[in-house]
Amino acid sequence: MSETADRVKKIVVEHLGVEADKVTEDASFIDDLGADSLDIVELVMAFEEEFGVEIPDDAAEKITTVKDAINYIDEHQG
Amino acid sequence: MRRVVVTGLGLVTPLGADVETAWRNIIGSKSGAGPITHFDPSDQKCRIACEVKGKDHEYGFDPGKRVDHKVQRQVDPFIVYGIDAAGQALEDAGLTDMPESERIRAGCSIGSGIGGLPGIESESIVRHEKGPGRVSPHFVHGRLINLVSGQVSIKYGLMGPNHAVVTACSTGAHAIGDAARMIALDDADVMLAGGAESAICPLGIAGFAQARALSTNFNDQPEKASRPYDRDRDGFVMGEGAGVVVLEEYEHAKARGAKIYAEVVGYGLSGDAYHVTAPHPEGAGAFRSMEMAMRKSGLDLTDIDYINAHGTSTPLGDELELGAVRKLFGNAVGTLSMSSTKSAIGHLLGGAGAVESIFCILAMRDGIVPPTLNLDNPSENCAGVDLVPHVAKERKVKAVLNNSFGFGGTNASLVMKAV
Repeated sequence: MSETADRVKKIVVEHLGVEADKVTEDASFIDDLGADSLDIVELVMAFEEEFGVEIPDDAAEKITTVKDAINYIDEHQG
Repeated sequence: MRRVVVTGLGLVTPLGADVETAWRNIIGSKSGAGPITHFDPSDQKCRIACEVKGKDHEYGFDPGKRVDHKVQRQVDPFIVYGIDAAGQALEDAGLTDMPESERIRAGCSIGSGIGGLPGIESESIVRHEKGPGRVSPHFVHGRLINLVSGQVSIKYGLMGPNHAVVTACSTGAHAIGDAARMIALDDADVMLAGGAESAICPLGIAGFAQARALSTNFNDQPEKASRPYDRDRDGFVMGEGAGVVVLEEYEHAKARGAKIYAEVVGYGLSGDAYHVTAPHPEGAGAFRSMEMAMRKSGLDLTDIDYINAHGTSTPLGDELELGAVRKLFGNAVGTLSMSSTKSAIGHLLGGAGAVESIFCILAMRDGIVPPTLNLDNPSENCAGVDLVPHVAKERKVKAVLNNSFGFGGTNASLVMKAV
């Protein structure tokens, strides 16, 4: 796993209170990890803080899996 | 009118996060007061409080027991305390697995005096320092007062009336009284009722201190600060926690063989119509509240064995309540015991009336009345009233009165009796 992936995973575990091994790259925040739409808003804010990236609302709406988040951050970071 | 009984109890207090531990410590004359640890209080006039202790403490609270990790992160502590106390009460009543047909007839009436002040304070700083885009999406529903009832209803699938009283320090008593009426009027068969509070934050302590409501003379002796009816009292000590009871229609409880703690027989409410913080100078509102509750109960004044007083340890309030009790009870005041458990756990504001109602119920169950701590030198008006100084007292307790009075001049009294 990349460094980004590790840090994303840590945030997801912390915010959603799920077991770390459930947070696979293919896991869907809503379908697999029990998040609701507000949890995703909060996760996106946490990613923005952690990685110093801006994730606009239209991009945030497309982030539905752990992999989506990692890819977006890797593409837009510094 | 349908009869309403209490069949479950739940407590989160500074002296224990379950009913038996809290009660044992109350009866054992322990104090829950100490230096404030939730934040650095060094610049405050009041630097003490009765905090709910962490889970590693001998009688601390483990939020992980009944509240999901995610919910804990999203909401203010008063909601966490309220969910836990409600869960305890449902478990105690044996009602955690009701079928849908019963859950439709089961509701929540759990209020708070102030709600999520710590979260409002901290998120306001986030908004100020980082901008509106950093405010949590859970900010609003994590602070709202009715979200104890909301969260509890979601967690346990309770689809009956969902209500939340906000009447400052009368909240807990009003919540139980209102919920009892909902059952009496056939809106529900089961109600979780009570109050929760957690306002021990810089803004909360500063605000009450500026209103001259808090004790500030005992920062070096926290356990001595809450001293209702004592001549050296100088304000209340802030507490936190929650109290929730299961109220149930009598025949419903009887039919399922439930353990019945007490019957709610009288409920009185009144307004002082006088001042925002000062009680009416003749205690007229307190008198009318108690008088109404007694009248509704059908009991004689001499039937009341124990009064859990509002008794916050403020110079004005304690005297006026005592005066109103004397006026209402006349000679009967000589046969009852009256104490303030705020001397031990501080003032739980919106949680107080519910927590103290539970202590009243336990006094009936065990035939023992809890003490008023620190009552070293009773003030002049105390003569002839048994205020149970320092140590608990065994005695017959078959009927009780609980008083709660709040800012805005709002008063509530509950009368309960053994069944």
